[in-house]
Amino acid sequence: MNRLGTILVVIGFGIFLAIPFLTEHNVSDSFITKEYNSEERAKLASSAYTSILNQDITTWKLLATTDEAIALVNKSVIDTYGFSGEDIIRLENLAHNNSLNAQSIEALWGKGNFKVEAFKNYGSWLFDREFSSDEELESNIKQVTNNIAQYEVIPKKGIDKYAAKSLKYSISKHSITGLLQNNAVLFLLLTFGLTAIGGLLMLQVFMDEKPGIKNNGIFFHPAKARKWLGIIIGTLLISFYILLYFFPEYMGGWIRIVDPISYKLNGSEAGQFFLYGFMYTTSMLVMGARMMAKYRHNKYQLIRTGSVMFFQTIFAFLIPEILVRLNQPYFDFKNAWPLDYDFFFDFELQKLIAGGNLGMFMLVWGIAFSLIGVPIFTYFYGKRWYCSWVCGCGGLAETIGDPFRQLSDKSLRAWKIERYMIYSVLVFAVVMTVGVLYTYFTGASELLGINTFSMRQVYGAFIGAGFSGVVGTGFYPLMGNRVWCRFGCPLAAYMGIVQKIKSRFRITTNGGQCISCGNCSTYCEMGIDVRSYAQRGENIVRASCVGCGVCAAVCPRGVLKLENDSPTNRVNTTNFVRR
Amino acid sequence: MHVVIIGNGISGITTARHIRKLSDHQITVISSESEYFFSRTALMYIYMGHMKFEHTQPYENWFWEKNKIDLVFDRVTDLNTDNQSLSLTSGETISYNKLVLALGSTPRPLPTKGAELSGVQPMYSKQDLELLEDTKNIKQAVIIGGGLIGIELAEMLHSRGVHVTLAVRESQYWDIVLPPEEAKMVGDHILSRGIDLRLGTAVESINGSDKVESVTLGTGENIDCQFVGATIGVVANIGLIKNTSIETNRGILVDEHLQTNLPNIYAIGDCAEIKEPNTGRRAVEAVWYTGRIMGESLAQTICDKPTPYNPGIWFNSAKFVDLEYQTYGDVPAKIEGELTSIFWNELEPERSLRIVYEKDLMKVRGFNVLGLRLRHELCDEWIKTGKTMDFVLNHLEELNFDPEFYKKFASQVKSQFEALV
Repeated sequence: MNRLGTILVVIGFGIFLAIPFLTEHNVSDSFITKEYNSEERAKLASSAYTSILNQDITTWKLLATTDEAIALVNKSVIDTYGFSGEDIIRLENLAHNNSLNAQSIEALWGKGNFKVEAFKNYGSWLFDREFSSDEELESNIKQVTNNIAQYEVIPKKGIDKYAAKSLKYSISKHSITGLLQNNAVLFLLLTFGLTAIGGLLMLQVFMDEKPGIKNNGIFFHPAKARKWLGIIIGTLLISFYILLYFFPEYMGGWIRIVDPISYKLNGSEAGQFFLYGFMYTTSMLVMGARMMAKYRHNKYQLIRTGSVMFFQTIFAFLIPEILVRLNQPYFDFKNAWPLDYDFFFDFELQKLIAGGNLGMFMLVWGIAFSLIGVPIFTYFYGKRWYCSWVCGCGGLAETIGDPFRQLSDKSLRAWKIERYMIYSVLVFAVVMTVGVLYTYFTGASELLGINTFSMRQVYGAFIGAGFSGVVGTGFYPLMGNRVWCRFGCPLAAYMGIVQKIKSRFRITTNGGQCISCGNCSTYCEMGIDVRSYAQRGENIVRASCVGCGVCAAVCPRGVLKLENDSPTNRVNTTNFVRR
Repeated sequence: MHVVIIGNGISGITTARHIRKLSDHQITVISSESEYFFSRTALMYIYMGHMKFEHTQPYENWFWEKNKIDLVFDRVTDLNTDNQSLSLTSGETISYNKLVLALGSTPRPLPTKGAELSGVQPMYSKQDLELLEDTKNIKQAVIIGGGLIGIELAEMLHSRGVHVTLAVRESQYWDIVLPPEEAKMVGDHILSRGIDLRLGTAVESINGSDKVESVTLGTGENIDCQFVGATIGVVANIGLIKNTSIETNRGILVDEHLQTNLPNIYAIGDCAEIKEPNTGRRAVEAVWYTGRIMGESLAQTICDKPTPYNPGIWFNSAKFVDLEYQTYGDVPAKIEGELTSIFWNELEPERSLRIVYEKDLMKVRGFNVLGLRLRHELCDEWIKTGKTMDFVLNHLEELNFDPEFYKKFASQVKSQFEALV
């Protein structure tokens, strides 16, 4: 069974990896017209496509051609709407005559002309100015005309980098033809289906053994001990996240095969984040089943794992999709700010406000949940109620990430770095949120001299995508399964402060029974040196503890117990060990 | 003052750490086993792939220099108590003002014929683990001895797919410590985990020309094997002081302040034998926490706060493959005389609880559990204050240290007891 499972996983995953190479595209004239969304642009672009028109081509060929086409469009709009060399000479001449001003350029090209209006916007600072030299004059004018080309002509008349990104994605996704286009369901089964079935069959390995701790051979394993397979898996994960966040146009084939599911759920085609959500959920379910098989003797692990599987499937995946189908705002009820960092972004707020009664409920719920629910629950149960029972990131770490938990760094140095990083991200998240709300309510684009829009862009790219995705998950096989939760998650930082300062939660150390073996520290995914407390007979109260309970499970002497109890005397030291 | 500690196990290292906390004395710790302190109890997990060696080190390597504890990785070859100095293999001589002997144990040599063959080894030190790691291509192994190390070694080899026969001379597993019901449960558990436990089985001889090839049991049965584990217990490691005037019996004899018959020389941990042990405690106790407590106490004494060694009420724990064991207080293998007990157990999941109490006064004296966990602090307090069975059974749930959501046991135990009386 285990061998068959392994074979199915290798086949299913192999086909999945092959899909980008099996994806074929075919573009027609009318398709190009439609995608470029303007007769004019389509006409300019079409010359790039002539050689591949109505032919089956690869994604790379298609995207390279599209890059050329976009360049052609942009060159042409600059020729048409931008300033030519001759135009620049004319402007210089006006300046020489001390008559570079709105009237003179209107006289040149006519009032209301695109060029004129643009120059008035971008170049008014040159009007009626003295220039110390011809060089200065020329460089100033060129600076203005270049800015106009970049910020005015291309975005308004041509295709800027954001438009290019979505255009390339759309062309790639919508031009798929042949095998994948016609057999999406088949490929869905061959990839996700086979991998999932194989994964479940592989659980036999645990079921063959009697219930109990199953850590045999972990540090000899090629994937679980940072050996060759771990490095390969890490590389694949990192590549996947880079594609997902930065180059989704190459993922058309993968997205295509989940289209049928997307249509069933929300009534429209899949996008890259639907694919991601689907992969996330199915992998969590399979690996959650693995976690349950592995810890089937431990009821805390069974219930907890069931809980993260439930919240991911129902709250993070299904409910938002069904809401969309019902024309309601996409909303994950269990996501809390500041992990849900864009909750207070203008478009999100507008979406909820426009969403009628349900939208308003979501708005109130989200705020109350994050600001009142989170600290109250954390007071009663520690942050584990969220991090290892509800959270999607935590759920991923506890299921798919479980094989890598022993790779977290336990050194004091790592702890120090962790504290600097996670609290910096929290501060960043709070400042950014205050900034965007300030902009939302006052309309001012800057807060204390910082542009709030760029603040949120930087956060989204570096923390939202880069940290939580690429590093946070991609590095599972290299740095353990809680890289994001430990070093980056602002919600974990926020709950950690509550947990450390005032909470009923602690890990109790059982008198003097500790033998310093180190199982607890080794298997702590958060890199807490649990042993250093246990061997002193001291209870463990740490901001970072997510309460997964694995330390207590692997302890061979019954030394550790996760408990909620009176918050006074939490860090109690028994008199069995002198400190 | 220069304190020299021979041995970097839990006893020696605890002494060093606590002396540092209390004083500025110069501290040197000498070991020939490992450069840095590691947890001996975790060696098995390295072999089983649960951990790497570095995980068994409770302190990071920078810790020692930062705390000015000098570590010497060398063997002491000679001890001169007259001029208070010792010599190392390297030729270096170290003098001391106070000497702490934390020499540990050494495996009891196997008296069996053929014990000298290659492939026969104990499992005690880091070097034993390395030797075991070098022994490749083992298909079958026979382990001799029914103690805690025997079952650990069996579990280690079994985890790598070796067929293990565990030959135990006694008629029940570890029956010098466990009452019959618990011994039976542990024995059954070991069998259920695929280890071929042979009770009441003596090993007559180990056979082979150079390497071990088989063993012959007392029954005459021959078992083919490429490895023999010699785990018939440990004895105090006192070879170093044989030629000195330090008094020994089974171990190095010490008074309540852990001092030997010579001033300025102390002995702690597995190698120490307490001349007048407290009631309920034995003279030599080779367990982790007694080493730790001796280290803590001795550090106080050395730093001019004379502190007698007082380990309190006996407790211990172990794990037999997947079955955890804890014990608190007085639970003799044979419960008789003024003592009696109530025993509750369950097969699915395997777990048991025994409460030992005084027949006439109904005062609790000890607890034994398999497959469940009890709260040390409460067990200790209840035994110390002589709580009655009535109290114990009514508050049993408070003792429960199992993880959340585990099946409770208190009400079952209580009703069984009530049915009994």
